[in-house]
Amino acid sequence: MKHLDEYRAADLTKPLVEELKNAVSKPLRVMEVCGSHTMAIFRNGLRSVLPDGMELVSGPGCPVCVTSASHMDAFIAMADRPGVRVTIFGDLFRVPGTSASLAQASSRGAKIDIVYSPMDALDLAMRYPGELVVFLGVGFETTTPGIAATILAAYNRAIKNFVVFSTQKTMPAPMEALLSDPNLQIDGLLCPGHVSSIIGAGAWSPMAAKYHLACVVAGFETADLLKSLILLARQIGQNDIKVENAYPRAVSWEGNLRARKMVEEIFEPADMDWRGLGRIPASGLKIRPKYATFDAEVRLDITLPQAEEPKGCMCGYILKGMNNPRECPLFDTRCTPANPVGPCMVSSEGTCAAYHKYGRDI
Amino acid sequence: MSEKTILLDHGSGGLASQRLISELFLKHLDSPILRGLEDSAILENRQGRLAFTTDSYVVDPIFFPGGDIGKLAVHGTINDLAMRGATPYCLSLGLILEEGLRFDELERVIISISEACKKAGVPVVTGDTKVVPKGKGDKIFINTSGIGFVDESIDISSKNAKVGDAVILSGTMGDHGITIMTRRAGISVQGDLHSDTMPLHTLVAALLRELPGAVHALRDPTRGGVASTLNEIAENSGLGIELCDEDLPVRPEVRAACELLGLEPLYLANEGKCLAIVSGDKAEQALAVMRATPEGREAAIIGRLVAEKAGRVIINTPVGGARVVTPLHGVPLPRIC
Repeated sequence: MKHLDEYRAADLTKPLVEELKNAVSKPLRVMEVCGSHTMAIFRNGLRSVLPDGMELVSGPGCPVCVTSASHMDAFIAMADRPGVRVTIFGDLFRVPGTSASLAQASSRGAKIDIVYSPMDALDLAMRYPGELVVFLGVGFETTTPGIAATILAAYNRAIKNFVVFSTQKTMPAPMEALLSDPNLQIDGLLCPGHVSSIIGAGAWSPMAAKYHLACVVAGFETADLLKSLILLARQIGQNDIKVENAYPRAVSWEGNLRARKMVEEIFEPADMDWRGLGRIPASGLKIRPKYATFDAEVRLDITLPQAEEPKGCMCGYILKGMNNPRECPLFDTRCTPANPVGPCMVSSEGTCAAYHKYGRDI
Repeated sequence: MSEKTILLDHGSGGLASQRLISELFLKHLDSPILRGLEDSAILENRQGRLAFTTDSYVVDPIFFPGGDIGKLAVHGTINDLAMRGATPYCLSLGLILEEGLRFDELERVIISISEACKKAGVPVVTGDTKVVPKGKGDKIFINTSGIGFVDESIDISSKNAKVGDAVILSGTMGDHGITIMTRRAGISVQGDLHSDTMPLHTLVAALLRELPGAVHALRDPTRGGVASTLNEIAENSGLGIELCDEDLPVRPEVRAACELLGLEPLYLANEGKCLAIVSGDKAEQALAVMRATPEGREAAIIGRLVAEKAGRVIINTPVGGARVVTPLHGVPLPRIC
């Protein structure tokens, strides 16, 4: 992939590392909101070349990690119901609930399929007309348009045995909840590139203004990340706080209006439970009453069970950027990717998984 | 509808089994020893050391671009022998068939096994077939064991890796793993994704012949990929391995599919690649020998063995950074966004 290699090549990126060193004029803490950024930063070895004084903390942008324990328990209980076939994105498979994971439910006979798109789930519904196929909606704005399109397709084709359990979440509502915590000292945000392609770079303006927070929308390649960090360091150094878009090849100021319109047709804002952050007003999306027949919570009459976070697990603090995984007593002892206790160790986007895989001392 | 399928009778040991053996297996896999249909194969006594290995194959789908479960079973066992420097001599073939498997699919697999054996010059000398009720298996499971001969002068083992040795990969990474994953997912990616399944014993023979004593270790990075195999070599040798990100050979379409699914080529299975740990001073020669074979045309030196960082694999990234490469944990799962 020549296009990508261009953004990773040494002759482009090494000078950017130097430029970043020069741009950092005082100590600063930057939160990378998105799990894909966390992973990309580790994978490219960027952490090992960061200048002194620049600290990166990982944020709540891993959809699996912020899924609450009670939602996980509800998913697993639903998978155990007869006549139900649950379809999920792969990351969710091994996430532990209070007493089991979907992987364990699958091993005792629950019907669980890993799909790559919600449309695959709709195909399964047509293949198994005698079963109720539930798609577990776990994700941010990047996945919501696809789910909305699938519900519309099901509506238009009058498919009766397909439903969505929506725990879809939105940005930047949780960032507000996070930043109002005085314990969290953050100078700037590396804003998520994929999510911003939908919500638009402009969506970060209120955050920049209200919390005096440098915001740069970033892509995912080495050069993208370095350029964005340089912009953040300069904003903070020069006290010129604003939103900058360093990913214009994918993100516009307004975002993707067409996708948002489709999402609005199907979904309405709702209060949502977040792991570690609790219930945040209007931070999630529920299916509108017009499409209630595709709403798993309505069709299956689901009430969310009370669930405790696993004892000792610090995922809630880690995804808020308050602690790093090495500070968790379970990290790499009781909690490993093979035997995860908390979701941050399961997802390929999770901070603990990233630290486990890449974050060892070299 | 008179589509021929496998019935429980075909595994009964009775008439149906006999017909399956004579009309399908012997028809395609005939060899003087197999033809005897005795309870075990008698092999001529040969002086020297034997290599003996076994492997089972349960891939879904059973047919995929670049190969099928049959080819995989032949090549995989031949490669396991070759990775110890053995010259493969013969194979066993155990089949577990699911009731209802279409006969034409079974025949396709058997023909494929036959072609792979003929091409590699390694016959099947003994076999067995069982049929399990529908739902108790998944179309076809294959076990192959293999016997090979190892010359007295050859000593190939991960333990033999030395500081200063070069790590050579015989070709591109991840082709098999990503082909299977995208097929399973029904994802179509631009470009030609296909499995790299192939036997490597001639490539290995060329290396050992041309550069006696220079090859210290050989491993085929199948499940768990190059990352996991190199970690095993690092652990067994008690040395560190340093890789260079830019030198890792990956086909552009494989990289594109990996980006899409959030996977890393380093962790994907290969079925026709080997990692050779070769004396540093012979590395360029070894690379030339590998590149002169059809199997190793795209071989590349990807790293070296170092005394520091014992038991670990480090990768240097283009930006001038470095990170640790850990072994694979669990099955690689595609991500959400």
